[in-house]
Amino acid sequence: MENTSRGLSRRRLLASAAALPILAGTADGRTISGTVPWSPFAGAPPRPVNPLGWYYFTPVEAATVEAMVDRLIPADHLSPGGKDCGCAVYIDRQLAGSFGQADRLYTKGPFRQGLPTQGYQGDLTPAGRYRLGIQALNDYTNATYKKDFRALSAEQQDEVLTGLDGNKIQLKLKPGFSTKQFFELVLQNTMEGFFADPLYGGNKNMAGWKMIGFPGARYDYRDHIDKHNVPYPKGPVSIYGMEG
Amino acid sequence: MARLLPKRDAVIIGLGWTGSILAQQLTDAGLNVVAIERGPWRDTSTDFNIAYMQDELRYAIRKDLFLKPSTEAMTMRNNAGQTALPMRDYGSFLPGDGVGGAGVHWNGHTWRFWDSDFSIKTHLTQRYGAAKVKNLQLQDWGVTWNEIEHSFDQFEYICGTSGKAGNLKGQIQSGGNPFESPRTRDYPTPPLRMPYAPTLFAEKMKELGYHPFPLPASNLSQAYINPLGVRMGQCTYCGFCERFACGNYSKASAQTTILPVLMKKPHFELRTECEVLKVNLTPDGKMAKSVTYIDTHGVEYEQPGDMVLICAYGLMNVRMMLLSKIGTQYDPVTGKGTVGRNYCYQTSAGARLMFEDKHFNPFIGAGSLGQTIDDFNGDAFDHSKLDFVGGAGISCTVTNGRPISNRPTMPGTPRWGAKWKQATVDGYGNSMGFGSQGSSYPVRENYLDLDPTYSDRHGRPLLRITFDFPDNDVAMSHYVSDQLEKMTKPFNAKFAGVARLKKGWDSVPYQSTHNTGGAIMGSDPQTSAVNKYLQSWDVPNVFVIGASAFAHNAGMNPTGTVGALAFWAAEAITTKYIKSPGALVPG
Repeated sequence: MENTSRGLSRRRLLASAAALPILAGTADGRTISGTVPWSPFAGAPPRPVNPLGWYYFTPVEAATVEAMVDRLIPADHLSPGGKDCGCAVYIDRQLAGSFGQADRLYTKGPFRQGLPTQGYQGDLTPAGRYRLGIQALNDYTNATYKKDFRALSAEQQDEVLTGLDGNKIQLKLKPGFSTKQFFELVLQNTMEGFFADPLYGGNKNMAGWKMIGFPGARYDYRDHIDKHNVPYPKGPVSIYGMEG
Repeated sequence: MARLLPKRDAVIIGLGWTGSILAQQLTDAGLNVVAIERGPWRDTSTDFNIAYMQDELRYAIRKDLFLKPSTEAMTMRNNAGQTALPMRDYGSFLPGDGVGGAGVHWNGHTWRFWDSDFSIKTHLTQRYGAAKVKNLQLQDWGVTWNEIEHSFDQFEYICGTSGKAGNLKGQIQSGGNPFESPRTRDYPTPPLRMPYAPTLFAEKMKELGYHPFPLPASNLSQAYINPLGVRMGQCTYCGFCERFACGNYSKASAQTTILPVLMKKPHFELRTECEVLKVNLTPDGKMAKSVTYIDTHGVEYEQPGDMVLICAYGLMNVRMMLLSKIGTQYDPVTGKGTVGRNYCYQTSAGARLMFEDKHFNPFIGAGSLGQTIDDFNGDAFDHSKLDFVGGAGISCTVTNGRPISNRPTMPGTPRWGAKWKQATVDGYGNSMGFGSQGSSYPVRENYLDLDPTYSDRHGRPLLRITFDFPDNDVAMSHYVSDQLEKMTKPFNAKFAGVARLKKGWDSVPYQSTHNTGGAIMGSDPQTSAVNKYLQSWDVPNVFVIGASAFAHNAGMNPTGTVGALAFWAAEAITTKYIKSPGALVPG
């Protein structure tokens, strides 16, 4: 076997391509030998979102989601409301990007009604689920209150959200996508917007982190680990260096 | 027609923990090795950058470093009476992707399975009689503790694992785990510094007469240079460990322990973003001759090799064998066939405590930062009056306070609105937990095979998982949960509750990326897919290395044993196989 190795090595040298590290473009398979590959700017730092305008939502959809996030996270002495914290902007940017388009997910059919233990089995992307869900929500509130969701009073909005959460209201969606799943999607994404790094458009001024005392991106607590039962004294920092 | 490439001594499928260990050991022995990895090249300074690794949304929620189901999904069902459907997103477990594999984003828990695990059938039968285990498909692993102990030692010293020995050559050591099997020397680095919650847990467990010890951690308590000369840094307790790569060079991974040496070797070559489609066998099916892989342009290549080492994630190892027709598919009705047999998982439950005036600072954490008791693990306690076998490690770990996922509130609190906000503020710093990680024992009806309906992007069938928690394991977990409830009492918490395991494995909420079995090792080719050296019984120039070889899963994280098996197989190849290629154990 030792001889085989050397023989192969010579042939590889003659083939020249394999003897040197070849760093092909990122879209290609690549061959690496004899080196720990490194190239400048090879990392992929996150890009902060532009806070202006809507990328995915229509104006009605945006206003509906702003109203929803403002009831899920209402303004009070603990923090500004979900809208002012940027949760709707956050959701819009997520739906316009790879999350909303289901880039990661397995999206091949056949689509069949699954068991609860098998998870979401619908054929809609997250962005598609929002579009259908918001339409169905406004259809429901128009049939019940003769108003869009955003025009309801805070009490009425809470009543509707409680109904969605508790399976008391069934929106007209489609097989494989239940009302409860729509509510869970909105709730999860709202919490993401409130607690994710501000670069994604939500958690404005790190309001979510300040509310609970999460120090954000600090990354080194060696000076405090031995201080048992002592509150951590420093406020949060964000990835792009905002300090609060 | 695939393009034919020059032959190599060894072709490795997948460059995670096991592939890196095998490549390192085989190239040291002078072999010419090529590794073919489906995912991208990844390294600390570029891809695990300290300036932006602490991004919960990107890495923990959107799973940036994980395998995408669009690349490879799996189908699941709880029993053969159901129709398996694809997990359209991974939830219950999260396989890795790219160089380093799941070893990039693990927590670093570095356990050794016990001597009684490797000979589990013999041990339990001798102690309790054969009737006790008659409903389980338990088997000895074919390797004994004394044979493999030094392989655990090799892996721990590569990793720099931080811990405290509990049993040094038979001598019980105070402060360590008295239930561990004898080890020849202590851990390479001392335990991590403990925050408040595990310290409190250890105090209370001692009061109850149990034996707490620091969880063995491959998050390093101090700087370390491993036997390959690779330097690692001190853990900063950053709280971004599991689901994240380490920006500090302080969590052991292929990147931080082996690749800086391996990648510089001229007789090692790595091809990234190249997916192996199958292992090609000779016409009689008795030898592997090459692998076929596809690059990102869709071009197919055939890479010949004198041996093929299947080193992907355990589940994918099983799928690769089935797609390549290496060995025979296990049949749960007849019990015949070996590939897909003894698929196991992990059987867990947890206790949550809420206080009023405590400051736990949950964000000060590390993947393996905690205290454990093994008094109820494995066969450390007498099962003769109990209706199950197996057990669970019970740990209080502080891994993170990342707020998208981790913000406990008092039970009964709404999940949104003003009351939720106040309860979240009250609960965030005032809560601690501890949990049981229980064994998962094989039964005839839990198995792996190829799905008849769903396929991947290349048209190959997906792996199908048929699994539910066996009655034995549910009984075990409930017994341990009873103990958890008793253990919460001395804390005098405002609230204490235990979330119990339920029958009906749910693929949606995250539980554990500890999928084991399917290509198990053993001493009988009728009941195991690989021999004690992880060599295929059917195709002797194929070795299948990973948690796929576990004949059952213990109440411990698997990576320590996976690493040991990799060193063990590498030693068999370099000291036995290359001198005399062929079956190392007569079949």
